[in-house]
Amino acid sequence: MSNVHVTTTINGDETEYVCRPDESLLDVLRDRLGISGSKEGCGTGDCGACSVTLDGRLVCACLVMGAEVAGHKIETIEGMADGEDLHPLQQKFLEHAALQCGICTPGFLIAAKSLLERNLDPTETEVRYWLAGNLCRCTGYDKIVRAVLDTAKDMRKAARKTSAKKSAKKGARHAA
Amino acid sequence: MPLDAKTSKDKKTFKSVGTSPIRPDGLDKVTGRARFGADMSAPGMLVGRILRSPHAHAKIKSIDTSKAEALPGVKAVITSADLPKHKGADEDILINIMARDRALYDGHAVAAVAAIDPAVARKALKLIKIDYEVLPHVTDVDLAMLPDAPLVHPGRYDGAAENEHLASGLQEKGKAKSKRKSTNIVSRYDFGHGDVKKGFKQADVIVEHEFTTEATHQGYIEPHACLANVSSDGSGELWVCTQGHFMVRDVCAALLGMDVSRLRVTPSEIGGGFGGKTTVFIEPVALALSRKAGRPVKVVMSREEVFRASGPTASSSIKVRLGARKDGRFVAAEAVLKYQGGAFPGSPVEMGAMTAFACYDLPNVKIVGYDVVTNRPKQAAYRAPGAPMSAFAVEGCVGELAEKLGMDPIDLRKKNAAVEGTKSSYGPTFGPIGLVETLDAAKKHKNYKVKLGKNQGRGVASGFWFNFAGNTCVNINLNVDGTLALAVGTPDIGGSRASMCLMAAEELGIPYDDVRAIIADTSSLGYNDVTDGSRVTFASGLATINAARDCAAKLCERAAKIWGIPADAVKWENGAAHPAGSNAGNFPPLSIKELAAQAHSTGGPIAGHYEVNADGAGPSFATHVVDVEVDPETGYMKVLRYLVVQDAGKAVHPAYVEGQFQGGAVQGIGWVLNEEYIYGEDGRLQNPGFLDYRIPVCSDVPMIDTVIVEVPNPGHPYGVRGVGETSIVPPLAAVANAVSAAMGVRATTLPMSPPRVLAALKSKST
Repeated sequence: MSNVHVTTTINGDETEYVCRPDESLLDVLRDRLGISGSKEGCGTGDCGACSVTLDGRLVCACLVMGAEVAGHKIETIEGMADGEDLHPLQQKFLEHAALQCGICTPGFLIAAKSLLERNLDPTETEVRYWLAGNLCRCTGYDKIVRAVLDTAKDMRKAARKTSAKKSAKKGARHAA
Repeated sequence: MPLDAKTSKDKKTFKSVGTSPIRPDGLDKVTGRARFGADMSAPGMLVGRILRSPHAHAKIKSIDTSKAEALPGVKAVITSADLPKHKGADEDILINIMARDRALYDGHAVAAVAAIDPAVARKALKLIKIDYEVLPHVTDVDLAMLPDAPLVHPGRYDGAAENEHLASGLQEKGKAKSKRKSTNIVSRYDFGHGDVKKGFKQADVIVEHEFTTEATHQGYIEPHACLANVSSDGSGELWVCTQGHFMVRDVCAALLGMDVSRLRVTPSEIGGGFGGKTTVFIEPVALALSRKAGRPVKVVMSREEVFRASGPTASSSIKVRLGARKDGRFVAAEAVLKYQGGAFPGSPVEMGAMTAFACYDLPNVKIVGYDVVTNRPKQAAYRAPGAPMSAFAVEGCVGELAEKLGMDPIDLRKKNAAVEGTKSSYGPTFGPIGLVETLDAAKKHKNYKVKLGKNQGRGVASGFWFNFAGNTCVNINLNVDGTLALAVGTPDIGGSRASMCLMAAEELGIPYDDVRAIIADTSSLGYNDVTDGSRVTFASGLATINAARDCAAKLCERAAKIWGIPADAVKWENGAAHPAGSNAGNFPPLSIKELAAQAHSTGGPIAGHYEVNADGAGPSFATHVVDVEVDPETGYMKVLRYLVVQDAGKAVHPAYVEGQFQGGAVQGIGWVLNEEYIYGEDGRLQNPGFLDYRIPVCSDVPMIDTVIVEVPNPGHPYGVRGVGETSIVPPLAAVANAVSAAMGVRATTLPMSPPRVLAALKSKST
């Protein structure tokens, strides 16, 4: 088997690598690129510790081949914060003590972000079912669910403010 | 001011302790920067892989590694022949990490390779030829105790434990004196007091049941991982995810014949352990491979390996008899516990026996425990080892007694609850404990007042765990800017660094953010026992407080020097040195920052230190209340609401105390709902993956309500008790009691997975 040359985008950066055809995206990220925030808990897509997004879709990096992501966009935990500014979910996970050992945390954050991009007003049940593909053995999920619901609340508030500002600006322009 | 041992019963006000700030390692863990076991690499690193036995029991007639060694890219192959032979305590560990002449369970390591990449390593494993002679096996605890059971260690156990038991007249009915020369019963434990025979005669109601629980796994999400690097002079470094890097150092050095000083072990961040990372599996193998290859070797277990070849907990078979008078007072209690702990002695049956009736004040109690070996992986600690199973059995009987007596289950427990001064069923007399307080708080909670619907049931159970203390060593270094570097030696498994920072900040009267805690490597700190027994916040906390006091005393000396007065005329208060009284002189206070800035001109660096083999860990009790609903069509059981009430002594970081309560409860729920090791007729594990070994997911559980009770532990300056383990003791029983109530038939077998619930419902209707 000869290696495959891949050009892809990871957290906004164009990235090139070579990998074996049988290598998972998770192995490429961790072992070839040193992007080790995504964790391997099972290698069979059961635990979600390697959750990343592929063109905005939530996937387990251990179930995606490194060779098949050429030309696509991958987002990992390393790309979640905006420089020094944490994503609201990251901040809320800290404030709610929603992590104990922290090994599942990158996967939960990526999965929760993916949920809130689709539904900024999820019910507790919707949060629980969306996150059912991510295993956490420390927390009993309570504080994780609270952190996600609390983030959603804050983000809704922020969104309302932004749209209010926008419409106020619009109104001001119209008035002028 | 902090409490003192003498005054810890008083209510005290704390400044930092009791708040829930963001943990020091939090940022790294939400951004992906934190480095866990598998996240480290080294120049020239090789990949280590382990070949494992496919047989539950087999003689290893020969191992041919020549083809694997000849494969390009393979740098080392090892078998048990590459490890020194040991006798005594280390021998079982050595044989467990690499089989010698027999493979004792499915998954037992038999050989290992180090190669330039995973593909070559995998190929090399396939080229190792092993000639096995398959032997008869046994994986069930009751079957392993039968006279004609296949023997796990022929000739090793002479039946003394069994015969000693039979001779003492405590045998189960109908058993004659054993004539076997060898047995799988490794040892026997006895606890209790009074006369149970007499006690049962006074009983108006007697409940008796036999219970079984299946083996479960800790289920930490991070598989075992390490990176070993042994240089040509024989000194080595090891990076590893473990609950005890000092233990890893000492055991690996002993197994490999190294001087302890030549092995430096650095703990990674640890992705869960729950007791499962309190021993060694891959670490000596990685070191041996590295030594042979002369290059760094990384070994990471796959999830399948974690299930087959790490240390799940014991399965159990338990008989309980409990007698009470009409008024609810317990008069006699008896239990026989049989735990299999895999292919080597050491199942947690002793602790199961000690904890079984610890919640109750019993005039007559007798407990016998048997440690049994089988062809399964050697068990390791799992959160309150041994206690959840015996509590499941005992609390099931307590629940049934409440039904038979028509009493409220909390009232019945309160009537018999152990209190300060009660002689415990395992021997010692309790000091101040908080069981009654947990029962009262549970009864008052809103969850206890919710009306139940059709097919719903409520379960109550209490639980106890000893809590441990042990060897602990802590350093505090004062930095030039007045901040503190706090070095502890107990791996932080659930936020303990935050608790340590809080206690140091409390003691020195400085802001929490001015203290940064790290877990120091084995060469930077004195020996520390493993992070286990819920000991860290208690023992490392106690050492941190005393190291901070040591630091404060030195700061006072420096201030005394600056002021030109005796050191004992200076006191430490609110983060600054003050003259102790008007006689000492009239000097404005010197803050920690001012003293730190002048340290180099007043005598050099300032550090605090403390080492202790601590005792005084206070036991923690809990009471859980759970409501479930059973679907009679499918046998599916849904947990509707769950309440944990537990005594924390003093909650240092309440959010993480709640986290321990919630996490333990949900692990326990998993033990009841689905989790089990399933062995086939061939003795092979049939479900070594998270798909078939199903731990609770987010949609399986409700919010876990918590109440923190604080009955101070007089053995700790702030009254702290360990909290990590007690939380998994009651849930098996609480959920089983709830499902029994919902079904109208007693659940005696775990897990109560849908097929078992259906079978129980069917047995009721026929």
